[in-house]
Amino acid sequence: MSARPIATTRTAAGMPTGRLAVWWVIVSEIVIFGGLLGSYIMHRLAHDAFAEQAAYTNMWIGAFNTFVLLTSSLFAVLGHKAADAGDGRKAARMLYLTSAGGLIFLTVKAFEWSMEISHGFTISAHTFWSFYYTAAGLHALHVLAGVVIMLIVAASARKNLELHRVELIGLYWHFVDVVWIFLFPLLYIAK
Amino acid sequence: MIERFLPASSTFASDIDFVFSLIFWLVGFWLVVSEVLFFWLIARFRKRDGQKGQYITGELKSEKRFITIPHLLVLVCDVFIIFFAVRVWYDVKQSLPTAPDQQTIRVVAQQWAWTFVHPGPDGKLDTPDDITKVNELHVEVDKLYHFQLTSKDVLHSFSVPVFRLKQDAIPGRVITGWFQPTRTGEHDVQCTEICGVGHGLMPARIHIETPEQHASWMAEQGEFSVAAVTGR
Amino acid sequence: MAESIPVDHSHAHADDHEHHAEPGFVQKYLWSTDHKMIAMQYMFTGMAMALLGGFFAYVFRMQLAFPGIEVPLFGIVSPHEYNALITNHGAIMIFWVAMPVLIAAFGNFLIPLMIGADDMVFPKLNRLSYQIFLLSALILLASFFVEGGAFGGAWTMYPPLSANSEYNQTPLGTTLFIGAVGLEFVAFLIGGINFVTTAMNSRAPGMKMYDIPMVVWMIVIASILFMASVGPLIAGAVMLLFDHNLGTAFFDPQRGGDPILWQHLFWFFGHPEVYVVLLPAVGIVAEIITVFARKKLFAYKTVLYTAFGTGVLSFTVWAHHQFIAGIDPRMANVFTITTLLISVPIAEMMFVYIATLYGGSITLSTPMLWALAFIAEFLIGGVTGIFLGASGADIYLHDTYFVLAHFHYTFFPIAIIGTFAGVSFWYPKMFGRMLNETLGKIHFWGTVIPFNLIFIPLFVLGAAGEHRRIWDFTQFPELAAAPLRNLDKLATVSLVIMLAFQAVFLFNFFWSLRRGQKAGKNPWQSNTLEWTAESPPPHGNWKQLPTVYRGPYEYSVPGREQDFWPQNEPN
Ligand code: HEA
Ligand code: HEA
Ligand code: CUA
Ligand SMILES: [Cu+2]
Repeated sequence: MSARPIATTRTAAGMPTGRLAVWWVIVSEIVIFGGLLGSYIMHRLAHDAFAEQAAYTNMWIGAFNTFVLLTSSLFAVLGHKAADAGDGRKAARMLYLTSAGGLIFLTVKAFEWSMEISHGFTISAHTFWSFYYTAAGLHALHVLAGVVIMLIVAASARKNLELHRVELIGLYWHFVDVVWIFLFPLLYIAK
Repeated sequence: MIERFLPASSTFASDIDFVFSLIFWLVGFWLVVSEVLFFWLIARFRKRDGQKGQYITGELKSEKRFITIPHLLVLVCDVFIIFFAVRVWYDVKQSLPTAPDQQTIRVVAQQWAWTFVHPGPDGKLDTPDDITKVNELHVEVDKLYHFQLTSKDVLHSFSVPVFRLKQDAIPGRVITGWFQPTRTGEHDVQCTEICGVGHGLMPARIHIETPEQHASWMAEQGEFSVAAVTGR
Repeated sequence: MAESIPVDHSHAHADDHEHHAEPGFVQKYLWSTDHKMIAMQYMFTGMAMALLGGFFAYVFRMQLAFPGIEVPLFGIVSPHEYNALITNHGAIMIFWVAMPVLIAAFGNFLIPLMIGADDMVFPKLNRLSYQIFLLSALILLASFFVEGGAFGGAWTMYPPLSANSEYNQTPLGTTLFIGAVGLEFVAFLIGGINFVTTAMNSRAPGMKMYDIPMVVWMIVIASILFMASVGPLIAGAVMLLFDHNLGTAFFDPQRGGDPILWQHLFWFFGHPEVYVVLLPAVGIVAEIITVFARKKLFAYKTVLYTAFGTGVLSFTVWAHHQFIAGIDPRMANVFTITTLLISVPIAEMMFVYIATLYGGSITLSTPMLWALAFIAEFLIGGVTGIFLGASGADIYLHDTYFVLAHFHYTFFPIAIIGTFAGVSFWYPKMFGRMLNETLGKIHFWGTVIPFNLIFIPLFVLGAAGEHRRIWDFTQFPELAAAPLRNLDKLATVSLVIMLAFQAVFLFNFFWSLRRGQKAGKNPWQSNTLEWTAESPPPHGNWKQLPTVYRGPYEYSVPGREQDFWPQNEPN
């Protein structure tokens, strides 16, 4: 409704407001995932049974998803480049590719989970699986949110509007990526 | 200071009371000094016509002194307090003294009652002559006791104010602690961790008895005890 | 600059706060993105919740003093109702009173005005944060009316009690309670990011780090503390909800979980949280004592460092709440040391405030009285924390009323006294009119004296072994003793008196909205920027955004006939 206040356009801290804010978002997200993974590691070290359970996860699916996310991040970077160059259409195209990556990630996850659940590894089967679904699920929600926002940003970028947002969503996407980089070894590899 | 309200009936009760009193006097001193100075300043520097406030930045060393010196002194007090606090803590919670005639009792908390398993005449737990009582703990004065504390459902906390003793009970874990009563009497045992609707309704009593009283108590328990064991 | 503010907003203020019934009502009062209006929303919500929390306190205090009586306005208090009341009293007072009023209301109102900006950097996020907060409050209230009643497992929500409806017997209530608290956290994360970014980026030209008013610093530091500490608990809340509703076993010892883990997650947030509410309050006090003592804040930088120091240390002390909870006893020693060390920066901060009074020209107006009362009372709350920090003494004191009195002697000065200080000080700026001084003073004494009469007896009761969250002490023969019961009665009667005096405040507050004498731009002759705007400030705050030339506390500067020197006045 109201026009953007002057406050938003100031940069007393020497950084565009948007980027500054996204960094703070990332900081608070880090502590959230940090708390969750910290708890997981504590349990993990306390019970060897976790390893046996972890053996049932499918590392290859996890690896594939990791690859997908990493490539999508690459497109995010390219999108940022294009946006800096002022080429909104290209930036938008890159963002579409990025979100495509996110969607693939989610579909793969959906299959993976339904497979595991059908094998009886439900969220309440064992504390390992509780952590598995909680952590990965929380991450998946972030991917989903990222995709939605990305499509919104892309829509305006196509019209060469709000190009600075391309960088911001990219920043967030990298973070979501990094979280997965932590989840993958913790949940899939360490057996 | 706490003896005013409650007898100190265990070997470490008076140590804990001492820590309390020590802190009371140390921080009490600082509190009084701060408050007196505070109110004096308010009274002394009330607004007077035609008199402006003074311009003091508090950045000069000569002015900062008034903050830094006290705060170093506070630090000293802290060290004092830490020393005595940790000493008592070690004694009560970290060390586990033993004695030839020591006995072990089992304390089981549940929603919303205490079950106390006394070793019985033979002084050993898990023998047929164990005496199991609900909300009623009988101990012998001057004897060293270990207790094995556990819970059946949620967190509870085993608190015997006259001993100054308190320990949370955790389901799935057995926590061992100790106490040695020093004077006879009958006192409250409280549950000090919220454990549901009946948290306020799980009071128990501890009976600290002379050896003679204790022996006669065990004698009259003898026959029922077996039933009591199966009953729990 | 001002031209860039759309005209339709620039004079919308003219009838803000006046006739409520006109068409734009929703737009203006409910859907507004103006930081001042959002501050008001937070404040009035907080005020309503405070009255509710106070009412709860009245009900369960009556039950404690006169077990089993039919409490007027409530009725018989059952054990479950008792637990539900104290649990929600605690949660409401901290999460729905202290935080929204001290951080969100004052933060929203003061940050843009004090740093010379026209609004928060993200007005829409700001509105969203309030709406999430409001939702969380409604969910909490709803939990009282669901099947099985409201959650009664203490505001600390320790599992297994909170993780299994067989134990807590409030299947829906528990879920709603945890959900409400979780949502509230999210609201304040969003709000906090907004505060921090605004204060970092949108300061008026010329406002350097050390020209920022202390209260803004404090709210920002508090927001960062909150952001850095709440994460694990948000994760924990999700885990707890799953345990309670999906049959997971994160905290269930019978199935390989660990109930103590929750306590770590909770207190790792819980202790920093107490400083999250403390800091804004001391910030407010700093603004007020400097104005009414006409003094420069003693050692501005030192205050800042003590705040930073407290913030950092606060992450290292959490297990002092768990000394006897079954953690490794060796750990207790570490936490005793860190806990006592934290007394140093806070002591220093208090000393600085006391020193600030030296050489002042003190006017005991109502805001000043509140600010001074904060210092006097908080000292007591602070020093009693030392008893608890000393592991040896805490074996006995843990979960007694001594703890309770300790934290009410910290929380009440912060959440109630601090709030009254701030409200009475900025009321003229918020509503353009002055509060009535006489009523203000009556309310002050009628609140502060009963406050001490409520909680000093509780210290004694705690030392005598009275423990927390007990519905009826008369079944503990030692606690049932007449002298102790009388202390409980004294506390309750004092509370009733205190609550009665709140009527004076409420009358003063709402009567002055219309009848109070008009306040000029700067009724207290203060230096900070908010006093250079109209009272109340229009949308956009200034026609011409101010520029800053000096620090906020240049009072009684030698060689000026005026004893104050606004930050925006060119030399
Ligand atoms: C905003 C609120 C607030 C504040 C500021 C504090 C401040 C402190 N608190 Fe408190 N505390 C709570 C709110 C608060 N607390 C709550 C809510 C609980 C209970 C939670 C629950 O269980 O429900 C609690 C419980 C609590 C416990 C756990 C008790 C138990 O359950 O067994 C402990 C133990 O260490 C503790 C310690 C401290 C200390 C050392 C400080 C220090 O920060 C105080 C430092 C200040 C001073 C020391 C005063 C100024 C200094 C001087 C005047 C100089 C003289 C001092 C010395 C010589 C040391 N608090
Ligand atoms: C900010 C925190 C805060 C505040 C202010 C209070 C205020 C009060 N509290 Fe409580 N309390 C807690 C936090 C707080 N409390 C917590 C965390 C617990 C632990 C819960 C648990 O164990 O789980 C607790 C528990 C608790 C108990 C223990 C119950 C038990 O363990 O059995 C008791 C008992 O007496 C008590 C009493 C009181 C009383 C008499 C007040 C009185 O001071 C209340 C008076 C209230 C008012 C006078 C309201 C005035 C405000 C206004 C009029 C609005 C102003 C607002 C604006 C202008 C915006 N509180
Ligand atoms: Cu058992 Cu409280
Ligand atoms: Cu604490």
